[in-house]
Amino acid sequence: MGISNKEQSRRRFIKSAAVAAGGLLATSLINPFNAVLFAMDKPEDPTKPWWGYAIDISKCIGCGRCANACKTENNVPREPFYFRTWIEQYTILNDGTVKVESPNGGMDGFKQPVAEEDIFKSFFVPKMCNHCSKSPCVQVCPVGATYETPDGVVLVDETYCIGCRYCVQACPYGCRYIHPEKNVVDKCTLCYHRISKGKTTACIEVCPTQARILGDLNDKNGPLVKFLKEHNCLVLKPHLNTGSKLYYNELSQEVG
Amino acid sequence: MPPQLKTLIPLFAIFITLFLVARYFLVPVSFGDQGHYRFYSVEENKEKVMQYAGKDACTECHDDKAEELSSGMHANLSCESCHGAGMIHYENPETTNIVKPDERVFCGLCHSFNPTRKDKIAQINLDEHNIDNKCIECHNPHNPWE
Repeated sequence: MGISNKEQSRRRFIKSAAVAAGGLLATSLINPFNAVLFAMDKPEDPTKPWWGYAIDISKCIGCGRCANACKTENNVPREPFYFRTWIEQYTILNDGTVKVESPNGGMDGFKQPVAEEDIFKSFFVPKMCNHCSKSPCVQVCPVGATYETPDGVVLVDETYCIGCRYCVQACPYGCRYIHPEKNVVDKCTLCYHRISKGKTTACIEVCPTQARILGDLNDKNGPLVKFLKEHNCLVLKPHLNTGSKLYYNELSQEVG
Repeated sequence: MPPQLKTLIPLFAIFITLFLVARYFLVPVSFGDQGHYRFYSVEENKEKVMQYAGKDACTECHDDKAEELSSGMHANLSCESCHGAGMIHYENPETTNIVKPDERVFCGLCHSFNPTRKDKIAQINLDEHNIDNKCIECHNPHNPWE
């Protein structure tokens, strides 16, 4: 005599209930994901630097000198819409609407069209490549023309890029553009030609309020790790799991 | 040996040789050394020309200006924040490509009134504050409060 259908379905139910309960118990033991520490822990070779970057939103005054210096240092086309770094002015009104402006990337300064009494909160957010340790842009390149260096900088091989624009689409932070003359992709190199010679980046060099910080995440006593310890830093779009190494102090959730 | 292999083996050998020859010419030198990219590209990125010399470089000759700057509210500013990129001038001091911006709008990039930067920096309304004069006629940019 076989087992009845009723008996079988009860067994199946108990089995799947046990699997679900076990699964829940197992996931509860996994450490909570921390996007800030995620990229810091990544380096395979702790003897080499592992470059990261921090921006202190509370210090930025929106003068746009960083965007201007970046264009000079890296021969970025002067006309608008070509930027390796730019500044956005966020204005949150009393009624909850969020306004974002970036006239010419902030290079010509900012005006605040909203009357002061209508503003709930407003601040400047400088944007640039996040130098992700799990870069979506690197993953989609069909020819291997963009890559993460062993010291954690995302670079482009200009001579090898075919200009297919796939990486421009893939970057969740909008940090890439097609160079109008070279017809290849261009992006922030974290001034790799400067930092590899012991200099700091052009944007940091000219920032009048020291709102930008470059550092080695492997150097646990260095300026960047110190800054991350002392401030409540976040990364942009942590749910995308990009391993961003661009940390923002005082980042509001309105910033995307 | 089955007779088919007699024709197939040379055919395969030709295909594989052709593939290897094509691969030899198509894959660039240093590709794959460190990952799925041309490793020499890292060096090429390092070789790009610097434009900004840094405050220390300026101070080598202009130590008087640097000292004046260090005593005032603009102490934390880099020379090149206002005077533009200076590497060409540093390498050849004869060049005169250093800018000395004196327009009101330039000072206004930081100091024009904007509620977004309220309480962060001294601000004035550019349309009202002493509109006929340049800022630097009253304020010394190297020591603004003098």
